[in-house]
Amino acid sequence: MTTAYERFLDYANRADPYPLFPELRETPVARQPDGSYVVSTYREIVALLHDPRVSSDLRNLPEIANIRIAPDDAAPQLPPEFIRRDPPDHDRLRAMVMKHFGPPGAPGRVAGMEPRILQITTELIDRLADRHRIDIVDDFAYPLPVTVICELLGVPREDEPLFHRWSQIAVGTNDPTTGSLVERNRRRFETMAQLGRYLDGLADAHLRAPGDDLLSALVTDDEPARPDVLSTAALLLIAGHETTVNLIANGMLTLLRHPHVLDRLRREPGYAVKVVEELLRYEPPIHMPGPRRTALADITIAGTTIPKGSVIVLVLASGSRDPARFADPDRFDPDRPDNQHLGFGGGIHYCFGAPLARLETRLALGELARRLSGPRLVTDPPPYRPTPNLRGPEHLLIDVDGIRAADDPVRPERVLHP
Amino acid sequence: MRVVVDLTRCQGYGQCVFAAPGVFRMPHAESLMYSGDADRDQVLRAAAACPVQAVLVDEDTVLGRPEGPATPHGDTPVGRIVIVGASLTGLRAAATLRREGYRGALTMIGDEPGEPYDRPPLSKQALTGRSATLDTSLPRRIELDAEWMRGVAAVGVDLDHRRVHLADGRAVEYDRLLIATGVRARPWPNPQEAALDGVVVLRTRQDAEDLRRRLAARPRVLVIGGGFTGSEIASVCRELDLRVTLAERGPAPLQGALGKVIGQIAADMQRDHGVDLRCGVTVTALEGDREGRLCRARLSDGSVLDVELAVAALGSVCNVDWLEGSGLAAGPWGVGCDAGCRVFNANGMVRDDVFVAGDVARFPHPVYGYRFLTLEHWGNAVGQARVAAHNMISAPADRQPHLALPVFWSAQFGVNIKAVGVPAFSDEVVIAQGSVAERRFVAVYGHRGRISAAVTFDQAMWLDFYRDLIEKAAPFPPDADMVGRQAEMRPVPAGIAVRAPAIQDATVVVTGDDLEGRRATLLGAHGSGETVR
Ligand SMILES: Cc1cc2nc3c(=O)[nH]c(=O)nc-3n(C[C@H](O)[C@H](O)[C@H](O)COP(=O)(O)OP(=O)(O)OC[C@H]3O[C@@H](n4cnc5c(N)ncnc54)[C@H](O)[C@@H]3O)c2cc1C
Ligand code: HEM
Ligand code: SF4
Repeated sequence: MTTAYERFLDYANRADPYPLFPELRETPVARQPDGSYVVSTYREIVALLHDPRVSSDLRNLPEIANIRIAPDDAAPQLPPEFIRRDPPDHDRLRAMVMKHFGPPGAPGRVAGMEPRILQITTELIDRLADRHRIDIVDDFAYPLPVTVICELLGVPREDEPLFHRWSQIAVGTNDPTTGSLVERNRRRFETMAQLGRYLDGLADAHLRAPGDDLLSALVTDDEPARPDVLSTAALLLIAGHETTVNLIANGMLTLLRHPHVLDRLRREPGYAVKVVEELLRYEPPIHMPGPRRTALADITIAGTTIPKGSVIVLVLASGSRDPARFADPDRFDPDRPDNQHLGFGGGIHYCFGAPLARLETRLALGELARRLSGPRLVTDPPPYRPTPNLRGPEHLLIDVDGIRAADDPVRPERVLHP
Repeated sequence: MRVVVDLTRCQGYGQCVFAAPGVFRMPHAESLMYSGDADRDQVLRAAAACPVQAVLVDEDTVLGRPEGPATPHGDTPVGRIVIVGASLTGLRAAATLRREGYRGALTMIGDEPGEPYDRPPLSKQALTGRSATLDTSLPRRIELDAEWMRGVAAVGVDLDHRRVHLADGRAVEYDRLLIATGVRARPWPNPQEAALDGVVVLRTRQDAEDLRRRLAARPRVLVIGGGFTGSEIASVCRELDLRVTLAERGPAPLQGALGKVIGQIAADMQRDHGVDLRCGVTVTALEGDREGRLCRARLSDGSVLDVELAVAALGSVCNVDWLEGSGLAAGPWGVGCDAGCRVFNANGMVRDDVFVAGDVARFPHPVYGYRFLTLEHWGNAVGQARVAAHNMISAPADRQPHLALPVFWSAQFGVNIKAVGVPAFSDEVVIAQGSVAERRFVAVYGHRGRISAAVTFDQAMWLDFYRDLIEKAAPFPPDADMVGRQAEMRPVPAGIAVRAPAIQDATVVVTGDDLEGRRATLLGAHGSGETVR
C-alpha cells in the first residue's frame, strides 16, 4: 500500500494533487516508510515553522555532513546557502543581502523596480503582437522573472542556458523521488559547486567594475566571505527564476478557469493584489520545501513524537487548503478575508524574495488580463514539470483573438463562462 | 486611509515595508513604525502582503446593521447596550457586538473629544514628528451604527435602574453595560510641582501633541520612571538627539516588569544610546523659575539637574472614580470581574448585566494560578473586548472565558521587545536563543519548574513557540536542543520582587486556538484533568 504522500509524489497526480490532501491531513504528522515525517495540517505546519527545535541544516545528519565532492573536480565545494542554515549563521547571511534588498538598509529598492518590471512585461507582450497561439510559460512567465533576477543580481541574461541547466539539476535534488537523501545532496553539492565557479568569475568581474546590482554590493562589502557570497548568489539565482514562473503560469491557468475573476481583474487592476495572495494559497508554486528540516530533539506534536534526527517534510500546499483554517478551502476566492496562506512559508525562512515575486506577478497578471483579447486554454490540464515540490506547468498553451496595444484603454469584453 | 498595525501579532517580516515604503518604516532590525493616515493603494498592498495579517485598515465593505432577531442569544431581551469609555476596548467591543449580529441600540460614551485613536504610537514614532500629523485614529472596521456621546463623562451608575448618569445631567438606560474606562497617567504627586510649566505626563493624544511641541524646543529632559513608557520616551529623546536623564527608583529600568536580568540589559542599552541613566534614586523636588517654568530637579542622592522638561512616567491610575458608591467591586485595583468579564459587586458576586474589559479590568487568569491580573496591554484590550462583547449577548451556556496569554510589545532604542505570558510570575530565567551581546535573544522565564513567560529582543518570530509551551505548562528550562542557542543554557534567578503569596500553585493547560475552542484544563494530582469552563 502506498501512503497518501507517496501518491502525492507520483507524477500521475501532478496535474491535480489536491484531492489527496484530505487523506493526507487525516494523519497530520505521518511517518513514512523512509523514516521521514510528513506534516500536512495548517496548525502543525505553522507550529513547526516556528519551532526552534527544527533545524534546516542537514549537516546535523552525519551522512550529509560527511559529503565531500570529488577532489579532482576543479570547482570547490560551497558552504550551504542560508535556506539550509540555522541561526545565528542564517540570520547573519540573510541580513548580509537584506541590507541591499530591503529594510532597514534599502527599504525602497523592490518598490523602485516597478517601472522596469512593467517595461519588461510590456515588451514581452508586445512581442506577441501577431500571434494567436501563445505558450504562457516560454513566451512570458519564464523570461520575465529571469530577466528581472539577472538584472538584480548582475548576471548576464545571455548566460541563461548555462545557469538554467545547473539550476534545474539543483531544483531536482529537492525531489524525493530522485534518489536517497545522501545521493541527492551529493548531486546538489556538485551542481552548486559548478554554479559557484561560474559566479566566482562574475564576482571577480564585478569587483573590478561594480554596478548597482546585488552581486557587486556583496563583493564590495568587506564583511562577507567569498564562499558565502557565492552560495547566497546561487540561492537567489535559483530561487528567483524557478519559482515566480510557476506563480504566473498557475495564475493564468487559474484565471482562465475562473473567467469572472479574470474579467474583474481586467477592469480593476488593483484586484491583482488579492488575486496574487489567493493564488499563493490556492495554486502555490512550492507545494513543500525540499526535505531539509530535521528534528534536533524529540518533538511531540498532534499526538505524534517525531524522534530526534528525523527528516521533517512540511506540505505547505496542504496546510493552505486545510478546512480547519480556511472556509471552503478548495474554492478560488480572492476576496477571502484573513488569508494567512503558507505560499511563502513562515518563520525565519519566510521567502526572501516574496516582495519581488508579488510585484512581478501582480504586474504580469494585470497586464496579461488587460492585453490578451479572448484568451482561452488549448489543453486543460496542461503538461506539468516533473517535480512535486516545485509545481507548475511545463507549458501553458492558450489561443487569443489578438493582443491589445499597451496604451489601449480597457473595453468591455464578452466573457465566456464555462 | 487609516492604518493601525496589530503589533502583538506582527512578527517583523517587513513585507509591509516592501509593499509600502512610504507608509511603513523598519529603521532598525525589527521594530515597525508607520504613519496613521496613508495612501490607499499602498496600504492595501501592505495589508494583503502581511503574512500574519496584522495590518488593519478601514474596511472597504462596511457592513450595515445586521439582519436578524433583536435578541440573537440568551433569554433576557438585550435591546440596549451602553459602553462607557470609547477607546480601543470600547470600539473593539462594539465591533464584535455588530459582527456577532447584535441589532439593538448601542451607545458609546467617551469623555475624550474626537474619534477613538491608538495610544502606543504616542510614546514612539508620533513623538519624533516624522509623521505629518499626530492622527492615530483607529480604522473603521465595521459600520457600528452607534449613538456617540463624545466629550461627556459618565459620573455614576445606578445598578437597580440600569442607568448610567452623565456629567451633563443626562441618563442613559441599558440592558447590558460595558465598562471600558481604562486608566489615566499617574500625576506627579506634588500638585504645586505638577502644575509647573514643563512637568507633563503622557496618556492622551493631547498629551502627546503637547509633549511633541515641547520636545521641538530642544529642552534638557528628565524622565521620571523607567517603565516601558518612560524608557520609550527616553529613547525618543535620544533619537531627537536631546539630552535626557532617566531617574528610576529601582535598580534598573524595566526591572519591575521583566526582572533583574532584562533590567540590566535595558540599562546597558540606555547608556549605550547616551541616556544619563540614574537608578536607585528618586526625584525629591521639581523647582520652577519666577514664571512658573520648570528649571531644576533634585534627586535623592543629592544631585541637582537643570532641566526644562520633566515627564512623569509613574504608571497609571484606574478610571473608577465614577463607580464610587455604585456597589460594584471597583477601586484602585480596577474593576473586578470573572474570566467571562462579568463584574463583581461589592460582595464579590458576579452580575450578569455589567461587564468590564481592557486596562481597567481585573480578572483571574487560570494559567497564573487563578490570580487576579490587570494587564495594561493593547493585545489584552482587544482580546478581552471580544470576549466581553460576545458574553454580553450570549446565553450562559455560550459564554466564553478570556484565556488569552498576555502579549506585549515595546519599541525602544531600535529594539523590538516583545513578551508573552507574565514575566512577573517567575522565579528563574534563562537565555534560550540568541545573543545578549547583540541584543537579539529570547529569554524564557520559569515558575516552579514550568515555563511562565518569554521575552524576545528582535526575535519576535519565535514568540508563538513559547506561547504554546506556556499553554502546555511545559517544564522549565526548555529543551536545550535548539537552533540559535549561542551559550550554555544556565537558569539564573529572575530577580523579580515576588508579590504573590507562596501558595500551592495550580497547573493549568490551555488548548484550542480560536475563541470558541479555548479551554483551560486543571491538571489533578494524577495528571488527568477536568475541563473548567
Ligand atoms: C503612551 C502609551 C504607549 C503605549 N504603548 C503600548 C505598547 O507599546 N504596547 C502595548 O501593548 N500597549 C501599549 N499601551 C497600552 C494600550 O494603549 C492600552 O492597553 C489601551 O489603550 C487600552 O485601551 P482601553 O480602551 O482599555 O483604555 P483607554 O485607552 O485608556 O481608554 C479608556 C477611555 O475611557 C475614557 N474614560 C475614562 N473615564 C471615563 C468616564 N467616566 N466617562 C467616559 N469616558 C471615560 C478615557 O478618556 C479613554 O478615552 C500604551 C499606552 C500609552 C498611553
Ligand atoms: C512566487 C514565487 C516564490 C515562491 C512561491 C517562493 C516560496 C518560498 C518558500 C515557501 C520559501 C520557504 C522555504 C522554507 O521554509 O524551507 C522560500 C524561501 C526563499 N525564497 Fe522564495 N519563493 C518565490 C520567489 C522567490 C524569489 C523571486 C526569490 C529571490 C529573489 C526567492 C528567494 C528565496 C530565498 C533566498 C529563500 C530562503 C529564505 C531563508 O532561508 O531565509 N524566492 N521561498
Ligand atoms: S508581520 Fe509586521 S512587519 Fe511583517 S508585514 Fe506584517 S505588520 Fe509588517
